[in-house]
Amino acid sequence: MKVAVVGVGCTGFRPVTPDLSYKELMFEASVKACDDAGLHPKDVQSFVCVSEDFWEGTSIFDEYVPDQLGAVLKPVCTMSADGIHGLITAYMQILTGLFDVVVVEGHSKLSDVIFPNKVNALALDPILNRPLGFNPLFVAGLEMNRYLHETKTTEEQCAAIVEKNKKNALLNPLACYGAKIEKEDVLASDVIFYPLKYLDVSPPVDGAIVMVLASEEIARSTENPMWIRGVGWCSDTPSLETRNWGKALYARISSEMAYKRAGISPREVDIAEIDDTFSYKELQHLEALKLEDEGLPVNVSGGSLGVGYSIEATGLMRVFEVVTQLRGEASGRQIPDVKIGLAQSWRGIPTTSGATIIMGV
Amino acid sequence: MRRVAVVGAGMTKFMRRAKETSKELTYEASKMALDSCELSLEDIESVALGSAPDAFDGVHMKGEYLSDSAGAFQKPYTRSYVGGGTGVFSVIHGWWHVASGLFDTCLVVCEEKMSSCQPHPQGAFLTIFDNMIERPLGPNLVWIFALEMRRYMHVHNIKKEQIALVSVKNKKNALDHPCAQLAQKITVEDVLNSEVLAWPVQRLDISPTSDGACAIVLASEDKAKEITDDPIWIDGVGWSLDTAYWTNRDLYYPRYVEYAARMAYKMAKITNPRREIDVAEPYDPFDYKELHHMEGLQLCEKGEAPKLTEEGITQRDGDLPVCPSGGLLGVGNPIAAAGLMKVCEIFWQLRGEAGRRQVKKDVTTGVAQAWGDLMQVGTVVVMRR
Repeated sequence: MKVAVVGVGCTGFRPVTPDLSYKELMFEASVKACDDAGLHPKDVQSFVCVSEDFWEGTSIFDEYVPDQLGAVLKPVCTMSADGIHGLITAYMQILTGLFDVVVVEGHSKLSDVIFPNKVNALALDPILNRPLGFNPLFVAGLEMNRYLHETKTTEEQCAAIVEKNKKNALLNPLACYGAKIEKEDVLASDVIFYPLKYLDVSPPVDGAIVMVLASEEIARSTENPMWIRGVGWCSDTPSLETRNWGKALYARISSEMAYKRAGISPREVDIAEIDDTFSYKELQHLEALKLEDEGLPVNVSGGSLGVGYSIEATGLMRVFEVVTQLRGEASGRQIPDVKIGLAQSWRGIPTTSGATIIMGV
Repeated sequence: MRRVAVVGAGMTKFMRRAKETSKELTYEASKMALDSCELSLEDIESVALGSAPDAFDGVHMKGEYLSDSAGAFQKPYTRSYVGGGTGVFSVIHGWWHVASGLFDTCLVVCEEKMSSCQPHPQGAFLTIFDNMIERPLGPNLVWIFALEMRRYMHVHNIKKEQIALVSVKNKKNALDHPCAQLAQKITVEDVLNSEVLAWPVQRLDISPTSDGACAIVLASEDKAKEITDDPIWIDGVGWSLDTAYWTNRDLYYPRYVEYAARMAYKMAKITNPRREIDVAEPYDPFDYKELHHMEGLQLCEKGEAPKLTEEGITQRDGDLPVCPSGGLLGVGNPIAAAGLMKVCEIFWQLRGEAGRRQVKKDVTTGVAQAWGDLMQVGTVVVMRR
């Protein structure tokens, strides 16, 4: 059986949204996605949301999702995972034969979090690491240093990623951190944890994305199905002390699973949306995904550096771009002849968890 | 649809304050489940974790923190949660890993360590309420369940003496459970004389807060038959989430449990649950909840559950044994792990491995159910021998 993404809806991303609650953001994305699919929320049989309690400031956050999605008294669950994990969950639910139409939702209301780094510090091992009292971004600084050392990559090469992605974002109407900057601007920005600099870090944004997935039979009756060809996901290790700091093993393992399931080699990928929470991560992930060949369009959307970092919705933002490109609806930033697209996510520091999805027309 | 079986199960002791860290509890239960079916981590293709709010441990992204101890090192791994319904839901979460055809095996692990939350986990529960409308009132869980219990008693004219029988039964059943935290021989009078917390909820109407972990191993049909001669099949799954605006609902009946149960029964081709279900483990964090959920699970008419309890039908030697494990009231309530404990119990009952807890009648079909969020979610699993 095949499964397709048949509808997508996005609110767009902004640094602050004082005019909207998370419920309103979710509602807007949901209405857009169902409209796009030509379906009504009544046709949806199951709902998958992705969120983490501490980002929301509410425990058991899944309590507050059903009403604005049209999901009351339906099967609804929350995955504390990235949006691509959410898509994979919906994909598996459809493959079981239990459902034909499943919705996936992800959102960010990071502007409500006054000190995101203090929240993120609570993700460090409470016994071994948290007592050190560091800003958790030190993990990214250490990792970047190790990655540059192992691969002989330079800080300039990382800065070039920021330049590229922010430039790409200028053409993406959903993005809010598009900018024309030079590598030198990145290199001259404040050092946060050496060698990680201020402009190497993707800035937080608010927004919501909803996607509608359908089984083959339903998908064929919709206008624009984009097929899920392969999926993979993996958690490496939570331990800072024993992990491989140079290589993104979670990305390597999850992509191998996805390539195998899709029956394609990395060379067949036409466009890739890769995690770039930090500039060096794009390069590290490209190597892990075996996509380091020159000429492959990467993060045409602008990535997290250009669109903004929307926590669990970030993976969905990347898939949104892949779907838009596959449909040929990316207007000014459209890449010609896109047949196969890949999106990959990482759950951010201090995790080593990530997911990969391969989609085709 | 691919058939999925439970082939192994393990659980730690449930206790008020475990010396083990949450990672150690998780490891212990996972290891026991694997050992019980003589598998090792190499045989496990995917891992599904269940754990209720991060606020108990104070660990952000708790699922990530627990991944290695749940055996997920370099494996496909996700954590699901639907509040108190998580324990039974995690089995559904594991079920689709195998039923989808993506994997042949899945390790399902649930862990909860509530004692890290000082002075009491109620402090964490304050943060589950709507941050604008409800949280300023300083509500706690007992407060809203008192409303629900009161409404249930009022609509069906049920007396506290009838409800207390559930607590007496479950705490007695737990005397035979080696992992139990609050096994006790008590009387209805003990319940009625215990401290009033929020009328009509009294101390002995409530399950304790606990630390603990449970795990089960799921396998596809072919794989299950290789692993064991006695697989227990997951024949029906169902879940349903009601509106977040709980104050707009009539609390006397858990319609979300009914929706979830009907979904699971349809899949399991059960048309008459009262006749076809041999043993049930409905969620019983409070004594009235067992009755409430029996009705939601269509095991009796609305308002009829207290009568069944009075007649002894729900005793271990009765016609419809309910919570033969001792339930949350007797065994303990480490939220997510408590839900999975119910699935473990049905697994052991259907295999005839429940020892002194084994029900008298011959059992082939069992149902486990959990409930959670703001009196809002039902999760149901139907299992067959």
